[in-house]
Amino acid sequence: MIDEDVDTSTASAPLGGATPRAVRRVAPRPVGSGWRQRLEIAFFVTPALALMTVFVVWPVVAAVRMSFYRWKGFGPMDDFIGIDNYRYVLTDEVFTDAVTHNFIIVFASIVIQLPLGLAVALLLDRKIRGRGLIRTIVFVPYVVAEVIAGVVWYQLLQPESGVIDGLISAVGLTPPEQGFLGTPNLALATVFVVLTWKYLGLAILLFLAGLQGVPTDLYEAAQLDGASWWQVQRRIAIPLLGPTIRTWCFLSMIGSLQLFDMVWILTGGGPANATTTMATYLVNQGTGRHNYGIAGAASVILFVIGFLMALVYQVFVLRRDTAVER
Amino acid sequence: MRSKTRSAAIAAICAGVLAFAACGSDDSSDESGGSTTITWWHNSNNQPGMGYYEQVAKDYEADHPGVKIKISAMAHEDMVDKLDAAFQSGDIPDIYMERGGGELADHVDAGMVKDISDSASEEIGKIGGSVGGWQIDGKTYALPFSLGVVGVWYNTELFDQAGITAPPTTMDEWFDDIAKLKDAGITPMSVGAGDKWPAAHYWYYTALRECPEDVLKDAVTSLDFSDPCFVKAGDDVKALLATDPFNKGFLTTKAQEGATSASGLLATGKVAMEMQGHWEPGVMQGLTDDGKGLGDKTGWFPFPAVDGGQGDPADALGGGDAWAVSEKAPDEAVDFVKYLLSDKVQEGFASNDMGLPTNPAANGSVKDPALAGVLKARDDAPFVQLYFDTAFGASIGGAMNDEIALLFAGDASPQDVVDTTQQAADAEK
Repeated sequence: MIDEDVDTSTASAPLGGATPRAVRRVAPRPVGSGWRQRLEIAFFVTPALALMTVFVVWPVVAAVRMSFYRWKGFGPMDDFIGIDNYRYVLTDEVFTDAVTHNFIIVFASIVIQLPLGLAVALLLDRKIRGRGLIRTIVFVPYVVAEVIAGVVWYQLLQPESGVIDGLISAVGLTPPEQGFLGTPNLALATVFVVLTWKYLGLAILLFLAGLQGVPTDLYEAAQLDGASWWQVQRRIAIPLLGPTIRTWCFLSMIGSLQLFDMVWILTGGGPANATTTMATYLVNQGTGRHNYGIAGAASVILFVIGFLMALVYQVFVLRRDTAVER
Repeated sequence: MRSKTRSAAIAAICAGVLAFAACGSDDSSDESGGSTTITWWHNSNNQPGMGYYEQVAKDYEADHPGVKIKISAMAHEDMVDKLDAAFQSGDIPDIYMERGGGELADHVDAGMVKDISDSASEEIGKIGGSVGGWQIDGKTYALPFSLGVVGVWYNTELFDQAGITAPPTTMDEWFDDIAKLKDAGITPMSVGAGDKWPAAHYWYYTALRECPEDVLKDAVTSLDFSDPCFVKAGDDVKALLATDPFNKGFLTTKAQEGATSASGLLATGKVAMEMQGHWEPGVMQGLTDDGKGLGDKTGWFPFPAVDGGQGDPADALGGGDAWAVSEKAPDEAVDFVKYLLSDKVQEGFASNDMGLPTNPAANGSVKDPALAGVLKARDDAPFVQLYFDTAFGASIGGAMNDEIALLFAGDASPQDVVDTTQQAADAEK
């Protein structure tokens, strides 16, 4: 017996192309009159909105206001200097270098961490002995707090007494005179290596999760057609991982732009400003030198750069994912 | 189901907000009627200092019924951070530590520090010239309780090993000793250039040796660094750096955190010398397992004389800590600060090796022989220059320190140091 009112959303397999367009869903909860609905919305939204205003909107507005004043952090904010702080920041070589460093990290993450993470994820997706253990080991660094990881790496990288220099000497090589963190030409690369150690696990985990979403019948079909393992990865797995990869790139980009903790602990932005980032710059100007107006201007510039990059990425890269899914 | 979890989440958030509000209200007055509570922040948060200050407060309370002293003892860095936040909110403790110079000037500008010139005139007279760092336009805003000078701490045993019989008194002798230590396979010095200020102190000291006193005094008020002696200071630092005296990786070495820091390297016998302030023995004690630091191997000598320098070789670089009273504090707070500078309290302070006392009556109570040597150098110095970064305030001092760190990294010239400092100073005018 066929009931006309049965919920057809579960029977979505095409039946001779006669799938009904409008699928009836479970009836929504009865909606009250207009004002009641609005009151309900207001009730649920207000707490979140209040928190957002106090902890996000207000500080942003305060930072923008601060950036137009010369202010030492206390007393009345009354020395309005227009865009002088912005002029200072944008012409300060330390800041422009910091922007460069941030973009080097963004670029290096995508060029180095992405292929590396992808390769490990594809390998770990195969049925190999001790797979669970390897997955855990790979993911452990991500779980460790960034500050703790930084302190441990700082000690490991100490010249002479550190483990890394010891290992290098043991294989007959000469470690750099000032240590990896103390040599301006090596410091940023060293910070990047530590960041890769720390964050590769997240990339691998995301990619492994993405691989779970690839239907196994696609693999089976390809195998029946005689495709090699590599062909399967290249033609099926990686293309279907697209949305995951693009999301990871976005997270990595935003994280690289905000980079602070690891740099602050490992080098404090030194030696010779070789590892300053926009975030260490603004903290140094603010809490270090008490130039809160300059710090405010730097933070607004960081915000604008991050916002623009996110917007561009959203429009040109992420849109295709949202368009496919909806 | 969905709406249930949502309202539960909202309830949780509301509870959080309520807790927040509740947390915020514990600051309200807890004093009983008729009595006065004085809040006091200090950084003696380990023994014997912490216990000593508690006793001092109790003694005072016993003599002054109705006065209650609420102490917050914090680690130094925590105290500095909390004070920064307190100044931003305008709600500062009644008695707090003030380091003088530009920092004090900023606080006075913002109208937050009480002028105690008249109410503490007797103590000011007793302390003498040392109080100068806390005076602005002839008015006194804080009473220094500890004043020390920077010098070179060294390991007497390692000096013996290298065949050095007496500490150096001139730059050339110093360079010879550095060479002798290197020949003996000993790293001569450590410096925590990762924290920048320890490196900057080398420049401060060479500037003190190169520049006559009046040029330095003038620079602090006029913010003019055009005298060529400032560039010469950088040249001297470069000459020292050319002898390659420092520990490996000194550009990222920290000042006094852990065994791999500059102070830790000296305390554990890895290097022979480190230039540091009078707090160094105490810091080293905290960095060794036995709690003794260098112990009886501790030696100290003043910064060597510079050939052809216009400064008096007996001048010293130093600084101190003073008790300041907030503008809004009750009069009893000033009275308590005066008590803190009394002969009795300063003698106890000195005999506990908590610092170098400013009240001359307590000079004899300093027990540690190395510290007694520092005290003598301080009192014999015709002129004590306050650390430049403190004297100029965070904005100019920070720019100066950053550029000197670049000089250490070989990335800036002596002229760059002067130019950058001048630039930061001009922005303040």
